[in-house]
Parts: sequence; structure tokens; C-alpha cells
Amino acid sequence: MYVAVKGGERAIDNAHAFLAEERRGDPAVAELGTDQIREQLRLAVNRVMAEGSLYDPDLAALAIKQARGDLIEAVFLIRAYRTTLPRFGAARPVATGTMACTRRISATFKDAPGGQILGPTFDYTHRLLDFKLAAEGGAVPDAPMQPAPSASLPHITTFLNRDGLIETAPPTDDTPPDLTREPMELPASRALRLQALSRGDEGFLLSLAYSTQRGYGRTHAFVGELRIGTVAVELDIPELGFAVEIGEVELTECETVNQFKGSKTEPPQFTRGYGLTFGQTERKAIAMSLVDRALRWQELGEDHTGAPAQDEEFVLMHADNVQATGFLEHIKLPHYVDFQSELELIRKLRAEVMAAQAEAAE
Amino acid sequence: MTDHSYNFAYLDEQTKRMIRRAILKAVAVPGYQVPFASREMPMPYGWGTGGVQVTAACLVPEDVLKVIDQGADDTTNAVSIRKFFQRTAGVATTVATAEATVIQTRHRIPEQPLTAGQILVYQVPIPEPLRFLEPRETETRKMHALEEYGLMHVKLYEDIARHGSIATAYAYPVRVEGRYVMDPSPIPKFDNPKLSDSPALQLFGAGREQRIYALPPFTRVVSLDFEDHSFHASKAPHDCDLCGASESYLDEVITDDAGNRMFVCSDTDFCRTRREAGHVGRLGKTAGGGA
Repeated sequence: MYVAVKGGERAIDNAHAFLAEERRGDPAVAELGTDQIREQLRLAVNRVMAEGSLYDPDLAALAIKQARGDLIEAVFLIRAYRTTLPRFGAARPVATGTMACTRRISATFKDAPGGQILGPTFDYTHRLLDFKLAAEGGAVPDAPMQPAPSASLPHITTFLNRDGLIETAPPTDDTPPDLTREPMELPASRALRLQALSRGDEGFLLSLAYSTQRGYGRTHAFVGELRIGTVAVELDIPELGFAVEIGEVELTECETVNQFKGSKTEPPQFTRGYGLTFGQTERKAIAMSLVDRALRWQELGEDHTGAPAQDEEFVLMHADNVQATGFLEHIKLPHYVDFQSELELIRKLRAEVMAAQAEAAE
Repeated sequence: MTDHSYNFAYLDEQTKRMIRRAILKAVAVPGYQVPFASREMPMPYGWGTGGVQVTAACLVPEDVLKVIDQGADDTTNAVSIRKFFQRTAGVATTVATAEATVIQTRHRIPEQPLTAGQILVYQVPIPEPLRFLEPRETETRKMHALEEYGLMHVKLYEDIARHGSIATAYAYPVRVEGRYVMDPSPIPKFDNPKLSDSPALQLFGAGREQRIYALPPFTRVVSLDFEDHSFHASKAPHDCDLCGASESYLDEVITDDAGNRMFVCSDTDFCRTRREAGHVGRLGKTAGGGA
């Protein structure tokens, strides 16, 4: 005798209890503190902040813990929390030219005023498993210190700018659109595109940027400058009539310099791609600046070669991993009503084909 | 057990106002997809975030809410969404179609005819009926603006040329008041006739795609077809094995390893009500006797 599937409510509760148990893992192993995640899994925290569009390392660490290390799930937790927060105002644009850099490199000049600062990078490590880390404890010796440069480090692209060799990017006072408050409309302005890219999925942008390097919308990019460090966030307080520093955020900024032979509308000069992301997230920032540059083909009068990275609608509509994973995974929800209607349709079409075949055989 | 750390029905009032404006516009232009600034919800995209936002914007404390998925009140996602509103809005809930003032649904329209004053909220995955003919939003918006639906008719014609009939079984496109072609969400085409001239307000929310559209009460909705190939609302050619209903949409359930199957109403409230009224199907017992 058939018993209808009931008890969805109890099943959900039980599944949640099971999930909580699995998240904790073996209770004999010490529980992971969110402070440990924040300090020791900092790059994961950075990615969650960047794609979650919320600068809060403690909350990002909590999200990673709750999500059992699934970073897209953690991004989702942060986004869902972020959307409930009241908006007190918009900060002034951050001045990355005055960034207190922990890392600042240029691939286009051997040296530049301020020098190259390698900072905490994997770049020159040998990727050999360090089995000492598997053994517990052990203090890490202090890294050698040097006083911070007294003057702020100028952007390297400004040196090119002086000679008129690179396109100018005039400052504007326009209020940028906010894609979390207005539905995205296409074609999008560059500001809106950059906003979407900045919170886009790192993996998706990485692959798109890589595709431009391999010829699908080639832009000949050099990293003009990559800088990582903290900048002050300032907010205009209407009652006071001036801006007040309300905190600091760590940012990664990448400016690419792209070869450009000129087009019908623009003279030969170097052009720019731009990436700006929360935290030390340099793979993301570099990828973002390549994709930004590829998307600018129309404005620069370049040919549309049909490359995915040139296609604004394709890039912007598919860059958000919270949207993508939701829609992808929803197909595991019940679809038996739709499936039933398909079943009826296939049976009907099959019956017609069989009948026609039988008739032809006679 | 209302959760007081969030606003009534979760969304803040500004967001609700923004959604209500979109709903009003949608009601004013039936079948037109109104862009709205969809928010991240605490459930994933694809789980009904559009419907949830529309429901949240419509709910008042006196409302009685019913949530169904695949016609059933007890499927996991329906349970989850109902619980969400119990927790954040504290509204009364019901499984009885007639008692509900707001019904959120995924993939079905209840069998029992809706009445004036009721709101039916659909969860919509892809609001654009032309999407699979033209992937670009910039293009499809133009096509709607110019009422350029030739592509859709060609697709339906090609179906007939190839298969002898229109090979769309769910999310079957409709035309609203002779103007906009609309995706009715993935309801089986069996439900399409119920869209038209309904006394209830029908609202459609697509969260990920950031669109809301609507059918105000008594809107004329026509399923696309041709004079010589008219639309046919099809269902499995059986009666419900539990309640004996011949006019309801049926789910096919595999009952044993030998592949035997039975057919039961997909609308669980409809089936239960009939059984309580003494109707018995091929395999059913009367209500209370299990089944």
C-alpha cells in the first residue's frame, strides 16, 4: 500500500541537526575558533569579504566556520546578512594613492619612486609541502622590519600619464550606480561593470581573464602596478560639514597597462584595465583588470571578435556565484510536476512515432 | 514565535516599498516584466527568492498564508518557506486553499478555484518567455516593446512540423490581454486555463532575474496556439488512485521494484478534502484510514 511522502518538516529538522554535528566534526578534536580562521585562514576570509561585498573579517570568519569551509556558501551567508544592514551614507572615494602598502610591485618598470615592495607573497616560494606545519606548535621567527616610507607611493601609471602615453582617466563626481539597490540594466556603465566584477566569482573571472591571454579578446596586458595595503575610509558628516575617518580597509588594486595600436577613434597609446578588491586578493584583482579592459572594446573602437570576455551581458549576468550556485543547485529541488508533464508528452510523441512506424511496416 | 530581531516579514520597509511599487507597475501593465532591485534572501536563488520577496511585500499581520511546492503543502521547500514566514511575520498558516489569503506556489495552481481577495504568488525561475529563443536580455526587451513575437510562433510551428504537436508541456507561453507574451512559470500546461479570468490577483516574482510581473483579477490570458492546432490542457489519462478525482492534475508514483505505479493528485489539499468528503479511489481508503 502506498504511503504518501509526509513529514517534510521533521526531515528538515533532522537534516539540520545532522549538519550541525558534521560541521563540528570529531568532538575529540578542539573546536576551531573564528579568531583562528580570521588570523590563519586570512586569504579565505579575504575572498569571502570581497565576493560578499562586506568588509568585516570577524563575520567572514564566522561565515566560513558556519559554512564548513565552503567559501561560496560563506559568501552567501555574508550577502544575506549584508542586505539587511541599514545604509547610513556613502563613504568618500578611497584614495589608493595614499595607501599604506604592504606590497607594491610593477611589471613594467624595474624600479620606480618608492621602490618595489614584495610583501607577503607566495610568488617565489617553492611549492613543497612543509611537513613541519603538520607538527603542532613552533613559534615563527619575526620577519625583518624596515621603517615604512615617509611619503605616500605614487601610482606608477601616473609616470606614463605625464608623457601622454597612456589614456587619461579624468576624475568624475558622478555618483556611481549601486547594483544592490537598482536592478542591473544593460548596457552598463564602466562603474557598474567594475562593481559587478569586484563581487564576481574569482574562479569565473580567472578563467575569463585567462581566455583573453590565450587569444579570446586579447588585450596585451602588463601589470603596471599591483598594490596591497590599507586605506582610510572617510564619511562626510552633514552636521559637521567635514569628513571624518571612520576606519581602515585593506584593499588590492591592480592597474594594467595594455598595448593599443590605436583605432578609428583613438590615437595609439597605452590603455588601462582596473581591478579593486577587498583584502589581499590579488589573483582576483588582476583577473578583474583584464576582464575590465576586454569589456572596454566598444569605447576604444576595437573590433568585437566574439570573445566571451568582450560580451558584457554574458560576463555580468554570469559572474555572481551566489546567483549561479543557487540556480544551478535548485534543479535538485522537486520538479515532479514538470517532469510528469514531460513524461506525458514523450509518451504521446512516442506513441505517434510507433504508430507511424507500424503503419509504414504494413 | 516571531523573531523580533528582523522587521515584520523579514524585509525592511524601504525594500518592501520598492517591491510594492514594482508590483503596482506590474498590475498596471499586465504581463509586462518590471525590473526590481531583488535582495539577497536567506534562502538560495532558485529556491523561490522572488516569490518570497513578493509575499513579504504583500503580507499584513491578518493574512493567512499557504505555501505549496508541486501542489503539495508538505514538500520540503514549501515547509521551509512557510516556516520562514511563521518565524519572521508570525502570520497564521493553513493548508486549505479556501482559507488562505496569500498562497505562494511553485509549479502549480491549486485545483480549487481561487476567489476574490486572494493573492497567488508564483516563484519564477526564468521570467522571459523568449529566453531560450534569444539569450540576450537587451534583445528580448526590444522584442516585447515592439510586440515582435514572430520568433515564438515560428518555434511553435516548427514543433508542429516536427512532432505533430506543440512540444511544450510546462511553462507554456501565454498572451496577456492581447499584448505581452508571458511565461506562466513552470506550471504544467494543464494549469494554464486557470490563469485566465481568475478573481484572484496573480503575482509572479523572479528573484535572481530581478523581475516582477502580474495578472490582475479577471485578466484574459490565452495560451498560444494555432487555429488548426488548438491548445489542449493535458494530464495523465487516469483518475486519482486515492480520491478518484478525474479532473485534477496527477503525479505518477512508482510503488514497487516491479515498476508498478499509481496516480495521485498533485494538489494534496484537494485530494485530502475529497477523501474527507468520502470520495475513494482505486487504492484509497477514506480519510483517517491511512493512505
